[in-house]
Amino acid sequence: MKERLIKYLLLIAASLSIVFIFGICFMLFNEGLPIFRHVGVIKFIIGKYWYPTSEPPEFGILPLILGSICVTVVALLLAVPISIGTAIYIAELAPPGIKELLKPIIELLAAIPSVIYGFFGMVFLAPLIQRVFDIPVGLNCFTASIMLSIMAIPTIATIAEDAITAVPHELRMASYALGALKWDTIRSIVLPAAARGIVAAVILGFGRIIGETMTVLMVAGGAPVIPRSIFQPVRTMTATIAAEMGETTFGSLHYHALFGIGVVLFVITLAANLVVDWWVHRHS
Amino acid sequence: MLHIRTYLTAISLFVGVSLLAVEEKTLTLAGSTTVLPIAQRVAEEFMELHPDVNISVRGGGSGVGIAALIDGVVDIANASRPMKDEELKLARERGVNPVPTIIANDGIAIIVHPENPIDEISLDQLKAIYTGGISRWSELGGTNRPIVVISRDVASGTFEVFKKLVLKGENVRPDAIRLASNKAVAVTVAKTPDAIGYVGLGFLSPEVKPLKVDGVSPTPENVISGKYKIVRPLYMYTNGEPKGLAKEFIQFILSDEGQNLIKELGFVPVRLPK
Repeated sequence: MKERLIKYLLLIAASLSIVFIFGICFMLFNEGLPIFRHVGVIKFIIGKYWYPTSEPPEFGILPLILGSICVTVVALLLAVPISIGTAIYIAELAPPGIKELLKPIIELLAAIPSVIYGFFGMVFLAPLIQRVFDIPVGLNCFTASIMLSIMAIPTIATIAEDAITAVPHELRMASYALGALKWDTIRSIVLPAAARGIVAAVILGFGRIIGETMTVLMVAGGAPVIPRSIFQPVRTMTATIAAEMGETTFGSLHYHALFGIGVVLFVITLAANLVVDWWVHRHS
Repeated sequence: MLHIRTYLTAISLFVGVSLLAVEEKTLTLAGSTTVLPIAQRVAEEFMELHPDVNISVRGGGSGVGIAALIDGVVDIANASRPMKDEELKLARERGVNPVPTIIANDGIAIIVHPENPIDEISLDQLKAIYTGGISRWSELGGTNRPIVVISRDVASGTFEVFKKLVLKGENVRPDAIRLASNKAVAVTVAKTPDAIGYVGLGFLSPEVKPLKVDGVSPTPENVISGKYKIVRPLYMYTNGEPKGLAKEFIQFILSDEGQNLIKELGFVPVRLPK
């Protein structure tokens, strides 16, 4: 009898996640619908000007989408080599003592609150970048990307490391038995075998970065303009929602527009996650 | 494995403590980052004089404060601009009757980096810089560097007043940097040699250089005399006429003691205190 009770309690706990996901999904689309009806989905997404409080207001989110993408792509370009390099080192090359030290330190990077990263970026990194590259202002896509790549390293590195460690030992042994050296083995046998997991790690890193809010809010500059260089201030979808949600009154057009941005963001992240799932299960 | 008894004890302790906390009188304010230093300073003084009162103040911008008042989640909305028609309409639909009290006056100072050779600017030039007509300091007689235009987010009352008085309703150029508070603007301008920004008078410090606008410096005296043109009253909005704790607080701000605190902070009092 007690077993049945526990089983049902656990079932309820597990179903809560499903309830939350469908609930959030429903609320997002429900609140976002009015803006799509008012402006039209196409004009909303490719509109070039975001002036939600002007008279008349303009609701074009193309600069915001491109801002998010710009920051994410540059961050990935920085994070992926570092993360995969770290993963390979921890999984294959590190002596056990160093491995025990590195893994918790990397996980510690993930534990730092994003507002601390934002603060550090705004107060320390932005003026530094401004001086080093002799650019007008340090609050831009590049500085934000650096902070974001640091935040993404734990995500990408730990999952990639799991994938590399999961490669069966027999494959490595067989390679050595055929006379291959350690790095040849890693390059030609282990990495291809772990490829699916590594790609999954990168796509999850993408999701993490594109959804990051606090750091970009503080560091990216907030200019809703189509980025022409990585040293330009940009504005992301997430930062826009965070910055402007407090100002809108429940039910106004601006409020619905922000939910519209949320819908677009949700669809992009959902697509990324679905791609991971499909990719990982492709051969299973 | 947590014993059910331990769990229940923890919950009751938590609830008990929370109930105790509710015993004191509370007042919440939110909104303008311009009014924020005034509200915080006065709140400190007020709480010292009335130890049983707990006042919480947060920023977010005038728009945030007004939205919070309309949604009924805050007692006083700090605003550096008057409420817009749509906001008043929405408030009435929600059964909220916003009543403003002017607690101080303020000027919007135009600031640049201390090393910037420019000392003054005309309103037309200022408008051109912020709407996109002028992009380099050389067009004003300065160095041949790009102007880093710093503005505020849509929630900012300071931005709305600036847009009305200086930009005459036109939109800010899209590539202007948007920051979330007066303080953030002051800090960024202090660290960025090519920057220009605008802040309330209370945010002037030796780290930034205020420009003369059409020959007039942004000082409290010039605001009172009417010579400085970019000025606005600072408001506290309540739902209905202020009553109870909110009334006491606002009366304290309007008293000589409160108005002196406002003067100390660099803002302009509503009336000259004794």
